[in-house]
Amino acid sequence: MSAQSSPHPHASIARRKIAEALFKVLGLCSLAIAVGTLVLLFGALLFEGITRIDWQFLMSYPSRHAAQAGILSAWVGSTLIMLVTAVVGIPLGVAAAIYLEEYARKTWMTELIEVTVTNLAGVPSIIYGLLALGLFVYIMGLGESILVAGLTLALLTLPVVIVTTREAIRAIPVEIREAAYALGATKWQTLTHHVLPYSVAGILTGIILALSRAIGETAPLVTIGALTFIAFLPPAPVTTHPPYLSFDWLLSPFTVMPIQMFGWVSRPGEDFIGNAAAAGVLLVGMTLTMNGVAIYLRYRMRKQVSW
Amino acid sequence: MSKSIVAGQEAIRIKKPDARVEAAARRRGRQRRERVIKGGLFFAALISVAATVTIIAVLLSESIGFFRTVPLTDFFTDTLWTPLFADPHYGILPLLAGTLVTSGVGLLVAIPLGTVAAIYLSEFSSSRLREVMKPVLELLGAVPTVVYGYFALVVVTPSLQLLWPDLPGFNMLGPGIVIGIMIMPFVISLSEDAMRAVPMVLREGSYAMGATRLQTAWRVVVPAATSGIVAAYVLGISRAVGETMVVAIAAGQNPNLTWNPLEPAATITAYIVQVALGDLPHGSIGYQSIFAAGLVLAVMTFAFNILGHIMRKRFREVY
Repeated sequence: MSAQSSPHPHASIARRKIAEALFKVLGLCSLAIAVGTLVLLFGALLFEGITRIDWQFLMSYPSRHAAQAGILSAWVGSTLIMLVTAVVGIPLGVAAAIYLEEYARKTWMTELIEVTVTNLAGVPSIIYGLLALGLFVYIMGLGESILVAGLTLALLTLPVVIVTTREAIRAIPVEIREAAYALGATKWQTLTHHVLPYSVAGILTGIILALSRAIGETAPLVTIGALTFIAFLPPAPVTTHPPYLSFDWLLSPFTVMPIQMFGWVSRPGEDFIGNAAAAGVLLVGMTLTMNGVAIYLRYRMRKQVSW
Repeated sequence: MSKSIVAGQEAIRIKKPDARVEAAARRRGRQRRERVIKGGLFFAALISVAATVTIIAVLLSESIGFFRTVPLTDFFTDTLWTPLFADPHYGILPLLAGTLVTSGVGLLVAIPLGTVAAIYLSEFSSSRLREVMKPVLELLGAVPTVVYGYFALVVVTPSLQLLWPDLPGFNMLGPGIVIGIMIMPFVISLSEDAMRAVPMVLREGSYAMGATRLQTAWRVVVPAATSGIVAAYVLGISRAVGETMVVAIAAGQNPNLTWNPLEPAATITAYIVQVALGDLPHGSIGYQSIFAAGLVLAVMTFAFNILGHIMRKRFREVY
């Protein structure tokens, strides 16, 4: 409109071109802030922490002396909790996704399930911690243990597994299913012989993303009593005498890497900042690697498969 | 499986296998197995409903005791929050103010930067840059929050102190900015989705009228994608309000009724962390107070989540 009333259309075009160029700069700047933060964050962690990372740091218990403190109990705790989370969360999440994508009819029940999944994906993680404190620790009496931590993180990551698995299953064309049905296969046969094997890369991506989120979670584990100072390891899952397997570790108290880092960050004084940064380097390294693998898997999937 | 064995035994007994009977038995067995599997899968899907209901039930039942001691009027009007002091006050306002100020700062960072970046990615950038930027943004969103807390305390606040020399080591501005950067990838990805769902013909119509890309983006694409973009903001608010570790590490631990982001103040989430770190006996008023605080937080985030969900659904249905 302004172009019509303006006596100099060229001036208007020039003005709009300038505005366009300015906006492009603005857009690039916002993206640069995002990338810059990531670089700065990792740079700051490396600068403070890299000198602390050595074999002794990995193999030592926490200590009152910053230079002797390590993250042995933390990474063992993280590993065991991830094990529980994976064993509980993945089958449940994948099963729920299969139901919603392949079986569910459009009823109020399905709608309710969908709304709760979306809602759970947005519930602050600390609320999961309160749920676990009230339900698992006190009502079910499981104590402040590895088992409770694993179950909490399994619930927390459930929406991630469900959403990504559904996307992976949905990407399989309906003709594949119809061909299987035409040959007399049942729904379950169609799923286990065709749909799930073809979508396994996508499902794996979701599982990796879910575990990478779980490994960095701090707040829900604080409320269920993760300790920052644990100078022992949980009982070993493998024993030398029959039955060779022991599940005592499930009820052991625990600490995890993000909790250890939180403990060091919130200590007054400068001594422990280096330790916090070192734990941060390992933590960020681990989550970024897991996410990188997931991104790569997805990228390869998109490249290779064309139905 | 057991059904087919039974069918086999039957076949031996009558010597001459009746193919029709056998097939019918097998079919029945298969149908039963299918039903059992469907039931099992349905049960797994119900976990999400059960979890939601349990969250509400636990928060309510644990805070009932709290609200028996503390009248609702005190809870919402008292300006002090000191449940663990000898002279206890139970006013949620200071914690709520802390939460609103940190999230407010976060949104002031995330909404402008996120919207501009999303418009740029959706309407201006080459597909090459977009392919690179999306995973990078995803990585930015995947960094554990405790690491962002470290970043706020050790990098951002000291940098801000160069601008405001009397800024305290714990303050709401630094963590607020970090929260903003944290939720930015989320806002970008959701609002970019909304803009890319706008059909090409609308853009082509606009170009045909002589509009530039910026005019098209600003006056055609953004208005058409409004409900999706606003949904991204709403879901971003929900994230900011529930963010815990960044504020617990860098914003301070004392409830402080102020709207000034340069001051330290505890948020709802930081208070829960602080109390949980100590060892309060089950059933004490301090223990119950974290559930009451959690209830307020849950109500806020549930409302934002459902609102965002409805708005997102609406933009999907338009085209």
